[in-house]
Formats: sequence, structure tokens, C-alpha cells
Amino acid sequence: MELITQGAEAHLYKTTYLTPSTPAALKIRPSKPYRHPILDRRLTRQRVLQEARCLVRLVREGVNVPAVLAVDWELRDNSSSGGEANGNGNGYAAGAGNGAWILMEWIDGVMLKEVFRAWEGYVKSRTGLSDAEREGEEGKVKCLLRRIGVAVGLLHKAGVVHGDLTTSNLILKSQAAQTNGVDGDGDGKGEVGTVSPHMEGEIVLIDFGLASQSIQDEDRAVDLYVLERAFGSTHPRTERFFGEVLEGYRGSYRGAGSVMKRLEDVRMRGRKRSMIG
Amino acid sequence: MIAIGLESSANKLGVGIIRHPDDGSTPQVLSNVRHTYVTPPGEGFLPKDTARHHRAWVVKLVKKALREARVLPRDIDCVCFTKGPGMGAPLQSAAITARMLSLLWGKELVGVNHCVGHIEMGRLITGATNPVVLYVSGGNTQVIAYSSQRYRIFGETLDIAVGNCLDRFARTLHISNDPAPGYNIEQLAKKGKRLVDLPYTVKGMDISMSGILAAIDGLAVQYGLDGEGKDDEEDDASSEKPTRADLCFSLQETIYSMLVEITERAMAHVGSKEVLIVGGVGCNERLQEMMGIMARDRGGTVHATDERFCIDNGIMIAQAGLLAYKAGVPTPLKESTCTQRFRTDDVFVKWRD
Repeated sequence: MELITQGAEAHLYKTTYLTPSTPAALKIRPSKPYRHPILDRRLTRQRVLQEARCLVRLVREGVNVPAVLAVDWELRDNSSSGGEANGNGNGYAAGAGNGAWILMEWIDGVMLKEVFRAWEGYVKSRTGLSDAEREGEEGKVKCLLRRIGVAVGLLHKAGVVHGDLTTSNLILKSQAAQTNGVDGDGDGKGEVGTVSPHMEGEIVLIDFGLASQSIQDEDRAVDLYVLERAFGSTHPRTERFFGEVLEGYRGSYRGAGSVMKRLEDVRMRGRKRSMIG
Repeated sequence: MIAIGLESSANKLGVGIIRHPDDGSTPQVLSNVRHTYVTPPGEGFLPKDTARHHRAWVVKLVKKALREARVLPRDIDCVCFTKGPGMGAPLQSAAITARMLSLLWGKELVGVNHCVGHIEMGRLITGATNPVVLYVSGGNTQVIAYSSQRYRIFGETLDIAVGNCLDRFARTLHISNDPAPGYNIEQLAKKGKRLVDLPYTVKGMDISMSGILAAIDGLAVQYGLDGEGKDDEEDDASSEKPTRADLCFSLQETIYSMLVEITERAMAHVGSKEVLIVGGVGCNERLQEMMGIMARDRGGTVHATDERFCIDNGIMIAQAGLLAYKAGVPTPLKESTCTQRFRTDDVFVKWRD
């Protein structure tokens, strides 16, 4: 098993399922030692089950998400991730969980975070772009943004909110030769800025660890707001085009309009906003 | 260059003097004095009484700060004050003092964002270069990361601040406000064992604490634990009934888990290995411990400061003010106002790359 990434909540491994040539993604949520064991067990169980339920529902509705292959929410000891059970279950007896795991379909592609980073680096390094070239580049990125909006819209239409929409949780599915300009393995050390990155392909939503089933405008609007803020803090040069995401979203399903209205309320909610008028 | 900083956004009045040596070596804290307005148990501090306290003490503190620093007014280059955010009336007392000193001594003014003051002081003391910042105090709860000359807010509270939640629960239990309600909750929580079920409200990168406060206040009333503590209250392990200590323990465990969780998410997202905790709640040892465990598991480190620099103080205002002054952004007298609402991400951070 190869460790792909250590997110905030889980470790993601690449492994295989059924046949040695079928890749699969194993997401292990280790127990969080900083949390009180009772609280930790409650949250871990709740979240992994929620994640599985949301994914199953989305696959059924035809939304682009990885399929669920297997789930376990009561690991008895840390070594069971390797397949051997030799623990005596002490932690378990004390009410502590040792984490949980979910096995999913493997999605080949790059994080949109890397795509935007590469693009921002490219545009920054090419000060000599002509107006037409610049417009072309911006058009490309706007199109991608609009597709993000559509993807989020379809997710909401299916009755699920993501809960943690950031550009790290959006994958651009690759068509083999798609790593130009983007550091495909995600370690951020690849060459950036030499070629404009590829932006074609399907967008797949991943990491439903904080997702829930909801059709409320409030929850949907918070989803969009989280994405908007993530853009502002990670892709300052792309932030000004964020309107395109909302454009794409607006047209993606009935009911998107009222969510957009709610979004305006949500934006005003942070503390200590300057109040004018 | 030498700057004097005046801080009065809440119930602490602080005056600090800092020197940035001309050769660019590490800045020196010349003096850092503070006086806190403490209210009786069960009561919070009201703006007008707090402002009265600050007005009565500010001249004494400025004199004391000058004396301890062994500097004369003519040695000082600029007068820095908290422009916001904070409580209106208390804020005004430092702003007026700063204006007076500026005119009296003929020095330039610098208005400072309180949150940026905390961040800059934390960076100076701990040497953290580009950390994810968790700013937790009585009035603020934010997870901040620096990018393109702004301190950007990744996540924050949607309603009340974490310190406010603790302070108000301390009021429910009639816990002493001396030296700080949060400190006394922390001491009581050390005796708690049972975890009571409380809401766990992380919303994306944001958190909400008003519902948790309502829930724990309700539990306190339900078990007859509100009001003054009774001496006969002994921990009875056989009883199902939680104690006051258990409630404090559960409150801390729940809200600090939420804080560590959103901080970890911000770290994962920006790819940072450093955390800096600032603000009054940052003194809490349990929060520091939990953050330490989280950071260790990610191969990172936690930077925290002690109560001299965590709790509101004048020196942080002097530090952030002097950075702004050196970058060429003084505040003209006409604009030396203060404001209750002043977001961290409104400040253009000219002094960083």
C-alpha cells in the first residue's frame, strides 16, 4: 500500500481490490489522540458512516464521485489496517475507537488545487503574454470554473452537501497524457510555470468526510461559501473569476436561485464585518 | 527605532515599549505593563465601567512603562494604539490617550488592528516564520494563514468567541473572574473526569459555539450546579450526576477539539507544518497540549507564548505598529479613529513579502 496523502482527517492509501490490477483508494481515519476517546469514537463512527451513505446515494444518482467498495467503523487495534489482528482490544474496551476505514474506487487525476497553482504560476511567469493569449488563458480557466459550479450543482440536486468544498477535494480526471504543467503526484515540487496546464476532463468530487444529506438552502449556501473562501485564501489570482463558479451553479438545477440568495446572507455572517449603511 | 503601544480593546489596559535596533537584530521588549479590570464573580465587564477603569489607569501605566524602559518621550519614534476590533468605549480611551501623547510629544500615530498585533507579537516571540495562526480570545476566534500580503481568515466562529463561551459559563457557575474566568475554568476542569454529551458544531471551516453554551448552561441548571459552588460537593464516582468540574472538563474537551480540528484542516490545506496559538485562550495548557499532539502526528510544531504576550498587551500593538510605521504607513491625526468592527483580512500587510 502506498500512502498518497495525509489529510486533516484521514490517511489515503492506494491499494488494490479483488484483482491486483484494480486500483482502489483506502481511506483510513485513525483515531485522533488529541480528542477525548468517547468524543473521538462518536465522531469517527458518525463521519465514516455518513460518508459512505452519501457516496452510495450519489453514485445511484449518477453524480461523479468514487464508488464505495467496503466500510468498517470499529477498528479494534491499529494493526488491523495491515490485515493482522493481534491487539487485545484494550482501547476498545475502554470505549475508545481505533479509527475507521472506507475503501473506494480509485480516481486517476489531479487535484484542482494543483491545476490552479500551475495556472497561476504560468500566468505570473509569462509577463509577455499578448492580450489575445491572456484572454485565451482566462477563457480556459473560466470554463473550468463554470464546470466546477455545475458539478457542485449536480451534487446539491442529488440531495447531498459536501461540507468541505475546497480545490483539494475536486479532481480533474485524467486522460492519460494530462500531467503537462501540473505536478501529478501532488507533492507540489514539480515544475510549474513552463506550460499552461491542461484543463479538460471530468470533474470528480472526493472526500465526503464532512458531507451530509440535506436539501436546505442554508446548507447548500454554506457549501458554496466554503468554496468561495477557499478560493480566496489559496488562489488569490483566480479569486476574481469566482463568479463563473456561481454562474455554472445557477444554471445547473432548479432551486439554485434561492440558494444564491441565501449565499448573500451567509457572506454577511462572519464576525466583525465592517458595516456600512 | 522605538515605539510605544497602547491597548485597551477589552478589560485589559496595556502599555508596552519596543525597540527595533537599527542594525536589524532581534527587537527588544523594553517594558510591558498591564492592568486588568476585574469584576465580581457572576458578572461580566460593562463597556462604560471598563472605560472608566482604563481612563483612571492609563497615565500611571504610561509613566510606569517609560520608567521601566528607561526611555524619555523624545526617544520614541511613534505612538501606536489599537484601532479595533473591540468594545467601543474601552477602545476610545487608548485612542484618545494616543492622540494626546502624539500632540504632546510631537510624534506620529499608528492605528493597529488588534488581531494583527497578536499575530506579529506571536511571530516575534516564537520565531515562527509562516505558521497557520489560531487566534482565540474573549472576542475573537479565527484560523488565519498569510497569503499575498493579507492575513486571510480560513475559519472563524459564526457567533460567539471561544473565550466568551468560557467566560459566560464561568458566570453561570459563579466562578471568580480573578485573574481570568478562563483560567479558573481550566483549573476546575483538571478535576473533571466524565465527558457529558455536548453538540459538536464544525460547519465547514467555521465553528459555532452559542448552541454549546446554551446546552451546557442547561445542564448546569438541570443538575442544580449553577450559582455559587457548594462545599459539600464531593466527587461521587457511583453517582450518575456530573459535577461542576465535569461540566468544565466536557466544555473544554469539546470546544478545543473543534478548534484543533479546524486548525488541522487549515494546515492540511495550505501545507503548513507550523501552528501559532495567540490570544488569551492560547494560554490554556489543555488547548496547547491537544494542539501539540495533533501537530506531532503531522510532523509539525506548535508555537505558543505565555500570559505576558498571549493575553492582550501593549507590546504587541507597539510591535505591529512599528512594523507598519517602518513600512511607511502611519495614521494621520484625522484618521486616528477606532472602530468596533475591523477584520483581520482588511489590513494590507505591507511589511511582509
